[in-house]
Amino acid sequence: MPLQWLFLIVLAIATLGYVMGRRRALAAAHHDRRRLHSLPSYYGANAGLKAFVPAFLFAVIWLLVQPLVVTNTVSNMLGADVIPDTSSRGLVMSEVRRAADGLDAAVAQGFITKDRARSADADLNEVTESLKSAGQIITSELTRPILNAAQRYRAMTGAGASIMSGLVILIALAGALWGIWQAKAEFRARNVVEQGIRALLIAAASIAILTTLGIVLSLIFNTIEFFRLYPAADFFLGLNWAPSFSGRGGSSDLGVLPLLWGTLYISLVALSVAVPIGLFAAVYLSEYASPRARGIAKPLLEILAGIPTIVYGLFALLTVGPLLMQVFGEDGLGWMQAGTAVMTAGLVMGIMLIPFVSSLSDDIINAVPQAMRDGSYGLGATQSETIRQVVLPAALPGIVGAILLAASRAIGETMIVVLGAGAAARLSLNPFDAMTTVTAKIVSQLTGDADFASPEALVAFALGMTLFVITLALNVFALYVVRKYREQYE
Amino acid sequence: MTETALNPRPMPVKKDLMVEDANTRRRNAAEKRFRAYGLAAILIGLFFLIVLAVSILRNGLPAFTQTVVSVEFTLKAADRDAAESQLFKTKAYQDLFIAELAGKLDERGVEVVFDAATIERLLGKIGGDLRAFYQANPDRVGEPVSFELPASSRVDGYFNGRVTRETLQDSRFLMAADLDLVDAMQEAGIVQSSLNWTFLTGADSGVDNPGGAGIGASVIGSFFMMLVVLVLSLPIGVAASIYLEEFAPKNRFTDLIEVNISNLAAVPSIVFGILGLAVFIQFMHLPQSAPLVGGLVLTLMTLPTIIISTRASLKSVPPSIRDAALGVGASKMQSVFHHVLPLAMPGILTGTIIGLAQALGETAPLLLIGMVGFVARGYPDGFVAGFTEANSAMPAQIYTWAARADASFYDKAWGGIIVLLVFLLSMNILAILLRRKFERRW
Repeated sequence: MPLQWLFLIVLAIATLGYVMGRRRALAAAHHDRRRLHSLPSYYGANAGLKAFVPAFLFAVIWLLVQPLVVTNTVSNMLGADVIPDTSSRGLVMSEVRRAADGLDAAVAQGFITKDRARSADADLNEVTESLKSAGQIITSELTRPILNAAQRYRAMTGAGASIMSGLVILIALAGALWGIWQAKAEFRARNVVEQGIRALLIAAASIAILTTLGIVLSLIFNTIEFFRLYPAADFFLGLNWAPSFSGRGGSSDLGVLPLLWGTLYISLVALSVAVPIGLFAAVYLSEYASPRARGIAKPLLEILAGIPTIVYGLFALLTVGPLLMQVFGEDGLGWMQAGTAVMTAGLVMGIMLIPFVSSLSDDIINAVPQAMRDGSYGLGATQSETIRQVVLPAALPGIVGAILLAASRAIGETMIVVLGAGAAARLSLNPFDAMTTVTAKIVSQLTGDADFASPEALVAFALGMTLFVITLALNVFALYVVRKYREQYE
Repeated sequence: MTETALNPRPMPVKKDLMVEDANTRRRNAAEKRFRAYGLAAILIGLFFLIVLAVSILRNGLPAFTQTVVSVEFTLKAADRDAAESQLFKTKAYQDLFIAELAGKLDERGVEVVFDAATIERLLGKIGGDLRAFYQANPDRVGEPVSFELPASSRVDGYFNGRVTRETLQDSRFLMAADLDLVDAMQEAGIVQSSLNWTFLTGADSGVDNPGGAGIGASVIGSFFMMLVVLVLSLPIGVAASIYLEEFAPKNRFTDLIEVNISNLAAVPSIVFGILGLAVFIQFMHLPQSAPLVGGLVLTLMTLPTIIISTRASLKSVPPSIRDAALGVGASKMQSVFHHVLPLAMPGILTGTIIGLAQALGETAPLLLIGMVGFVARGYPDGFVAGFTEANSAMPAQIYTWAARADASFYDKAWGGIIVLLVFLLSMNILAILLRRKFERRW
């Protein structure tokens, strides 16, 4: 049974439970609402929630666990002799899964009968033919053990789905009946429903924790797997980044230092564009500009922050890169080989970060108490002297926090560097050289038909871990600085 | 303490308050300079904005027009049968059309020297269109039908100024001499510019056919993704905010949630892509490139934004409302759901729309869950398939085009950006209008 039908059935049971629960409660009170403990709709909601929530949770958990169990069973069915030396169990399993999906599609399109797809001694050639005519891709030769495993996989998945549908509907019915049975005049329905809703609210809030947990776990497990295949010391201290493209070779050099250097260099260029412009803009907006000019300029600058990064990436690749080439390229000063370079990406990223720096600094400068300015004016200082010697020093911790947040943004930025910075990893001081970053390499190692078991793909998780730790540390430190500053004046 | 310690630099004695001395002049000049720096910073920022806007518009608008060859063409039944019997059927159709067009040009007395190969270079991949038309309308065989068929992408480039006689390098795609024929055909009214519907409604094409590439299918992909984001992130975000703002006791668990939310808001988007790849695709075996997976990843990414803005709008509802509800006998839950939440709704919706706009433009996580390796060549088949069938999304499609070697796709990428920005702009304007209409000051 397709999932959406199951969902609709459960929803229908819940609605029915609501109507019945409400009616039963009213009947129990002889249609006199005053005799009920709660409003009638709470008796209905009690039955509805009891029908829907447990059934829904059960279905979600079943859907998560079933693939694990099925994969495990089928995988154990495959003997060690089935797996070729050049392959791994995971690869064979994905082949099994593909064959099973293919059989499903072939059955759905009528190229093979249900019984033929199920029979253990089906003719291999015939099955391969029907898979091909159903438009399914078979990478390698379909062998008997793989076909049998795929059939087993299909059978278990199919049986699992039917069992789940049955159980889910049973649970929903049981919940609804329980809720309806409870609908008596003295039952404290509102309290029970509110308890339930409160639990749902807590569950929703906990998703943030689950997300972080998911990020950390998926990074850690894959990173450990990577360090099992590739020495950690070589990763953290290696000066060379040269993954082999064959997919499975021990010949890759996967040193993170050139990538970190590229990341830091580009971020440095970006910050040296964004910080002066952003800071001066913030000072002007908060101290000099008339309310009208501020009302126009501030939203306009903030548009820069709302533009998607892919737009900046394209801008770097197709507008800024060629422009820089005209000045610094072979026809000009001869410093630049190609349009994609640290300077290109850094400049564009700097533009993107201007409103980030200016808005945050603007808020912080505005939070400096007016009395401090007045005191400075009273001593005869000009406005710019007041800003430089009183306001900015007072706002400094907050501004440092804003710059750190901008730096963490720059380090984690992906699209601009993927399109604008080039692909070569190198340790160079020339800002007109092409370099690459941690984020760009995560993208290039994980897109395409990577085999997830190879160090070349797994390195992306180690890179992600590095990135996550760096940005997290920067964010925590920045928030700490900002919060500490705020405590002084509020 | 001596006199010199208090006054390390002897101050010049002021003679007259009304006369500017050197020191005052210096200080006033510094004041003016400082102010000018600030103004310059703002102007530089606005200048960048203008450059960005101009380069988007200048490069992107050509994608919306298309050079078409409009000709009346009659297909004879015998010719069709001959074409259908050949191995390269679309090529055969194309040759028939070229022969007809060459005849038309001769009739009109075009003076430029040309041959069939010239015309072939000028036309896009039209054989497929022709064949599809006659297969759909077999009864039109034998009668004149007026066709508007796309010219090749390089002729397009000539029309919108990307290709000129000077920059054009003779190749098997187009030669500089061919442009004379283009001019002559334009004069004869055979070649003209028209709105490019293929770009707005079509799906992506192969790498060899930039003229047939369209953004329509990826708009649909983005739409399904945003549907997933909206359906998941709005209820979850609102529920989480209500708990944190109205019910959460001050304890470790609440602190943990708060810290997690503020950190997630600053995690680089690519890390969410890694999460999606590891959890949804590696672990849960959800289909790659599907809008469902993209929507799930973007939901996790937008949740912190929505929670933060929802909490702000819940906080802005004054406590007197809650007190009044409690005073007439409502439970805490009733006061929140019946009074506070409806009053905070405009703010919540505004925040949600802005969060959605952010999610719509996000590219990096989509690259990792396979939205970019896949070329969307068609529309999803039905509503449910829209969520689970592989599709592209607008930003991922733009990236795909930008990463292709053929410069003709760059036009498409810029054009795609205009489409994307139109969506973002209308969402933001909607948010601003909502805020204007429903905003309440307490």
